[in-house]
Amino acid sequence: MDGLAFLIIKRLFYGLLTLLALSVIIFFMVELLPGDTATSLLAMGKTEETLAAMREQMGLDRPAVVRYFEWLGGVVQGDFGNSMVRGVHTSKGVSDMANVSVISIISERFMNTLFLATYAAVIAVPIAITLGVLIALLRNSVYDRIANVLTLTSISSPEFFLAYILILYLALKTGLFPAISTIKDDMTFFESLERTFLPALTLVLVCIAHMMRMTRAAIINLLASPYIEMAQMKGIPPWKVIVRHALPNAWAPIINVVALNLAYLITGVVLVEIVFVYPGIGQILVDAVTLRDFPVVQACCLIFATTFILLNLIADVVAIVTNPRLRHPK
Amino acid sequence: MSIHEIVLALSLVGFFGYALVSKKRDFVWISSIGILLTLWLKFLGWTGTLQFFGILIEVIIVSAILSYLYRSFLILVLPEKLSKEVSTAPLTAAFGLLMITIYAFVGIFGPALAPYGEAEVIADAFAFRNEEMLLGADQIGRDFFSRLIYGTRNTVGLALAATLAAFVVGTIGGLLAATQGGRLDQIMGRIADVIMSIPSLIFALLLLSILGPKWWVLIIAVGIIYAPRVFRLTRAVAGNIVVMDYIEAAKLRGEKNSYLIRKEILPNVTAPLVAEFGLEFCFVFLLIAGLSFLGLGLQPPTADWGSMVRENATLITYQDSTPLIPAAAIALLTISVNFVVDWVLFRSSGLKE
Repeated sequence: MDGLAFLIIKRLFYGLLTLLALSVIIFFMVELLPGDTATSLLAMGKTEETLAAMREQMGLDRPAVVRYFEWLGGVVQGDFGNSMVRGVHTSKGVSDMANVSVISIISERFMNTLFLATYAAVIAVPIAITLGVLIALLRNSVYDRIANVLTLTSISSPEFFLAYILILYLALKTGLFPAISTIKDDMTFFESLERTFLPALTLVLVCIAHMMRMTRAAIINLLASPYIEMAQMKGIPPWKVIVRHALPNAWAPIINVVALNLAYLITGVVLVEIVFVYPGIGQILVDAVTLRDFPVVQACCLIFATTFILLNLIADVVAIVTNPRLRHPK
Repeated sequence: MSIHEIVLALSLVGFFGYALVSKKRDFVWISSIGILLTLWLKFLGWTGTLQFFGILIEVIIVSAILSYLYRSFLILVLPEKLSKEVSTAPLTAAFGLLMITIYAFVGIFGPALAPYGEAEVIADAFAFRNEEMLLGADQIGRDFFSRLIYGTRNTVGLALAATLAAFVVGTIGGLLAATQGGRLDQIMGRIADVIMSIPSLIFALLLLSILGPKWWVLIIAVGIIYAPRVFRLTRAVAGNIVVMDYIEAAKLRGEKNSYLIRKEILPNVTAPLVAEFGLEFCFVFLLIAGLSFLGLGLQPPTADWGSMVRENATLITYQDSTPLIPAAAIALLTISVNFVVDWVLFRSSGLKE
């Protein structure tokens, strides 16, 4: 068991290293810009003296490396610094609030995004895996062909295309669901489920297509292995071949597929939030990019990327735990 | 009953008959489910849905015929070696080739085909469609159809250039890493790991926020984001070739690295790289479409499919689906490329066995 713990710790260490490299990229990319925060804050009427004073006040006169570690120290404690654009993002409608802290802008909306992604994942994962396994068993049949064309169409469509089609047919023409997904704090759980149904469905459609194709590939890959053939030739009933022989080895690839697609959800959520005017972190990110509000961009990118890396990390750890061959590398 | 409903009914009955005659169990199932569903919808009075399915079947039949004709045309016109390849293409791949040709044609001859200029304001905002304006006007009164045509060149061209950038960087990096090995290989691999651990859309947004939304920034961003994927593939494929005996022989002859790459390795990695190019193009195209939908792609007044959808989205609220046409154009091209890639992959893997 020591070997296993060591492997997992090693993998966690690599994950941490990636995160660190990421934070370096995110921090120093902004540093590459001509001019600094003080210059852009004092866009009008800056003199050498005010600039120098501002720099000293904000600590910009110290070397970048020092500031990086300070920034990182803050980030670890949940302090992402202050927004550079005056009060544009605040949901409370405050219009002239210089130096709103980034964390106060993000935290509430992050929960919204998490809610939407979880909602989509809870629907998509079971359906996609069941269908994927079924299609793998029915491979090369008509159903497989039909599923192939359908999933390919879904993958090839931009998210906003699917989203607008759903709005057009399920919201505007039939009035089944609301077209805009503004959610408020005083809504009950089921109200917000109904409100966010269309964005969740958009994500589900794209995600299911990806996941089905990957699950299908993973299972077919598995079914081609000699021990499955051996089991079939022993005359074991097909369902037993699947449950007893194929599934135990299929868990690792399936979990991998799920993690990859949950990671995909993270980026899909950005576009979907924009279409449905959903108050999530993706919208903040896009606004911040347009306004070039770097502390917010840095924070959002770091959050998205961290989630992405964490999901991949979990997938790897699960793969190590479930696969004895990875546990005992030669 | 409209013509579309008749088409639907006839094709379902014909399909059912074919299934019975050819004794295909799956086909019998599918066609009987289809017939029952149609009858039920008719009973409910959902004629709109039935007509939609009728039109869908018409479109599928027409595009199948066109793809067949185009394939025959290609087989006749192309030189012998290529036409032999094309004759193995399934109809889906032929359809993909046909669509790619059409897009290329519209992209190259766009200005000659478009009735109006790219940024020419000719009518009121959101003016209705008429004889002069096939698809009506956009949000500031420019001809939607003309902008759609100009958009082909801009959007597809940008995606193509960006994919090419990623490809050049990735391939060169991969080939160098495979031939040099050692520390260079290690460093490049680690860099690729880090870049690939960031979601592509997020990384693109980060770069765009820093450098601003300009066309060359998009190309650089996509180049950085997708080069590692190409690098990985090239490295893996070339890595298998580098250990071959004929490479050893060439090295012993005293050939230089550049010769090895050009004459010995490159010809052997072309097939998988071509397929990869198609796949990457699809990803890049969708990424750029998403970015321009967010208003971070090509800047106005340049016509661009993603931003056309966003700018005219108000029309969708009035149940007008015109703004979705550019989005559908994006989806259609991506599907077509995927069809062709499927076929190329199948061919290249089939030839190896």
